[in-house]
Amino acid sequence: MKLVLSLKEIGKEDRRLVGGKAYSLAVMKQQGLAVPDALCVTVEAYDEYVTSTGLRERIMMELSRKSFGEMRWEEMWDASLRIRNMFLKTPIANELVNAIKSHVEPVFNEKAVVVRSSALGEDSSRTSFAGLHESYVNVRGIASILDHVRLVWASLWSDRALLYRQELGLDVEKSKIGVVIQKIVVGEKSGIVFGKSPDNRPLMIVEAVYGMNQGLVDGTLTPDRWLLERNSGRVVSYTPAEKDKIVVPSNKGIQLVYLQNQKGAPPVSEEELSQLFDVALKSEEVFGAPQDIEWTFAGKQMYVLQSRPITTIKSGEPEDNRIFYLGLRKSFENLRSLRKRIEEELIPAMIEEGKSLSTVDPSRLSDSELAKEIERRSKINKKWVDIYWKDFIPFAHGVRLFGQVYNDAVRPTDPYEFTDLLTGTKMLSLQRNKLLEEMSRMIREDRTLSKNLTKQHYKHIDERFEKKLKSFTEKFGSYLCSAGGCRAERETIIKLLLELASKAPTRKKVKETSAQKKEQLFLSRFEGEQKQYTIELLDLARASYRLRDDDNIHLGNIQTQLVAAVNEARRRTKIELEVEEIDTEEIARVLRDKTYVPKISKKPSESSQDLELSARQLTGQPASPGIANGKARVISKSSDLFEMRKGEVLVCDAIDPNMTFVVPLSSGIVERRGGMLIHGAIIAREYGIPCVTGVSDATRLIHRGDQVVVDGYLGIVTITSKAS
Amino acid sequence: MLDETRRVLMDLLESQRFAVVASQSKGQPYCSLVAFASTRDLGRLFFATPRYTRKYSNLLKKARSAILVDSRSNRAADISKAVAVTAIGKVRELKGSTRTRYLEEYLAKHPHMKEFATSPSCSMLAMEVERYYVVSKFQNVLELDVKK
Repeated sequence: MKLVLSLKEIGKEDRRLVGGKAYSLAVMKQQGLAVPDALCVTVEAYDEYVTSTGLRERIMMELSRKSFGEMRWEEMWDASLRIRNMFLKTPIANELVNAIKSHVEPVFNEKAVVVRSSALGEDSSRTSFAGLHESYVNVRGIASILDHVRLVWASLWSDRALLYRQELGLDVEKSKIGVVIQKIVVGEKSGIVFGKSPDNRPLMIVEAVYGMNQGLVDGTLTPDRWLLERNSGRVVSYTPAEKDKIVVPSNKGIQLVYLQNQKGAPPVSEEELSQLFDVALKSEEVFGAPQDIEWTFAGKQMYVLQSRPITTIKSGEPEDNRIFYLGLRKSFENLRSLRKRIEEELIPAMIEEGKSLSTVDPSRLSDSELAKEIERRSKINKKWVDIYWKDFIPFAHGVRLFGQVYNDAVRPTDPYEFTDLLTGTKMLSLQRNKLLEEMSRMIREDRTLSKNLTKQHYKHIDERFEKKLKSFTEKFGSYLCSAGGCRAERETIIKLLLELASKAPTRKKVKETSAQKKEQLFLSRFEGEQKQYTIELLDLARASYRLRDDDNIHLGNIQTQLVAAVNEARRRTKIELEVEEIDTEEIARVLRDKTYVPKISKKPSESSQDLELSARQLTGQPASPGIANGKARVISKSSDLFEMRKGEVLVCDAIDPNMTFVVPLSSGIVERRGGMLIHGAIIAREYGIPCVTGVSDATRLIHRGDQVVVDGYLGIVTITSKAS
Repeated sequence: MLDETRRVLMDLLESQRFAVVASQSKGQPYCSLVAFASTRDLGRLFFATPRYTRKYSNLLKKARSAILVDSRSNRAADISKAVAVTAIGKVRELKGSTRTRYLEEYLAKHPHMKEFATSPSCSMLAMEVERYYVVSKFQNVLELDVKK
């Protein structure tokens, strides 16, 4: 078994043994290019590790909770987090440790190294795994190197890598990874050379930053950029960037520091540009195709850190979403500026937009005005949905980044323990539910009030209650308005309050002491600048956790205004409500032309004369622990929410924060949409309600009134008896 | 969903050669491994058995039975990859032209069983399936009722 090979030992036949990156480095080294010394831990070592520890089967089990193609990226992230934790908690067997150690220790001993991924398939010009797996810079000592080798192995199962493989149709079960352990070169300037411009113009691209190149690769730093003619190396254009920070090694790993001098000067000279041009041509000659090269200058010596073929799929093409997947993994710096934009610009603008839309009452508009208003609202809604995808969803990575740092530092048994540090962050939906709780408590404790509300004697209602109800309606009434009809708004809320008042609230008390202890323990693992970074990351993660809920509330307000206008049009045009999907353009057209028959899209129904399908037990993800047993309340349309009775199990396609006001009524939650950090799961954990998410076809296979058991420990939903 | 489940079930019943048949006598459960075949409409599972066997005598006395078919290959990955199906219904002995027809189908799947299945001492039993329980992905259980 070949477990570790040096660059000199790697031959042509070893390509699939060492992975693309290691193979390229070996070829370049053997061709005389300056490549820092490196060893490769082969895919056989990876195989040995996952086989001897039983991890291979555990990974497959984790990934088979749901068909791979059916998983959303949030579910993939969850699976990926759980798998990463398996790697963190599973030590490498002594025999394998000793075998790797015997090669690595004599070469690197206590020297600092970079531990990089080298996945199979990286050498294909149709696939690019660049940035999808992890690399660790400035790792020292055999124990730490082995620890990081394990983390690189785990990154084979990162959400980004899983999504990319799914998209390319690569077989997940056969995925393997090699690891390169390379001598660190602390360059004063670093960057990339693109041997050929991706838009196929006969140009070469050079990008450069001061310091090490990690800041450039992860998008934290904007590089200076040159375009060179491919045939002559002549500089066609130069775009300088604002240069105020650089990446340098820290005690452990790397850090971002302010650049002291050189702010205005380009990182590379003309002579160095010419050297880079030559290296790009040389490596193109070696590999037979233009390359994407990472380089660094240490003194006068230029080193090639890695080289890979330029993928022929252009970013932005529909079949290549790698750029989007990479965008899901924003760096801390990027997240910080994104937070500023979200908190200071986007959320206020969203609130304003919702308010401004609500000033127009659709029922007062003529048909043609209503048609115009629907189109306007639809356009505004689309604009915000796009922003949601572009900015808000990537910001969710703040929670994920924190989760990873927490798990690496604490290595907890429960990979979601980190969420204990994020809860109680004053989410809007919780504020709304708190107000509901307060009003329902008033009803519970005041018999006269309860009686008056039940008998609809609203004139005799307690003044204090009336005031609270008014304030609630002003702040949170819009969704209820769209679901129950504006005229019924007050009655709808009162009906809900009476139901809530029928039993004491179940909300779990947040164990603040426990969370505080965990926070202290977590922070105690860091020192100095790293500790400061970690404190800032925790703050960012809390904002990310809170905003992922709040943004939905605000987006919900905008969507509510669109729905209100569409509902008004439906009322006028008598388009049947059971129509599952109808686009707004069609509705506007009907308003303008009463003779027009709208195109209706209905889901094809599966039927069979000889067989009838029903579910006995369905699996999903365990999203909030506990066991609940109750009658199912299946939510097919928003008005179903108001039929919810205390103790029922809420079964729905996807809970958004606008719906969570009924959560306190439910004994358990089952959701088709999967994920541990989705709203249903967050709110279920806040209330201590058992929850299973990611149950495919939940709303089709579970019927209203079915008796169901929700097992929030195992992620299983059992239908114990069917509704008659 | 229904089409997908039907496909999974048909693939399993066609690809697997053996099934476990449950029977009982005086409260004592009993299991037997049999080479089986199924009808295209999924309505029947059938198998050959000598008349002097315990399962034959049990099933003729108490017709209600369960048959288990699965795709495990004795690897750890089976826990997530294997599909297991339990069929429940009544078992009866096939006779006359029905027996001849089913025997032909049975031998098409198990040609090497010809000597055994055509022996005068061998009977052909068939379960009229009322319901299938299809278990996949470790704990996912769907029920498929066979309409008569």
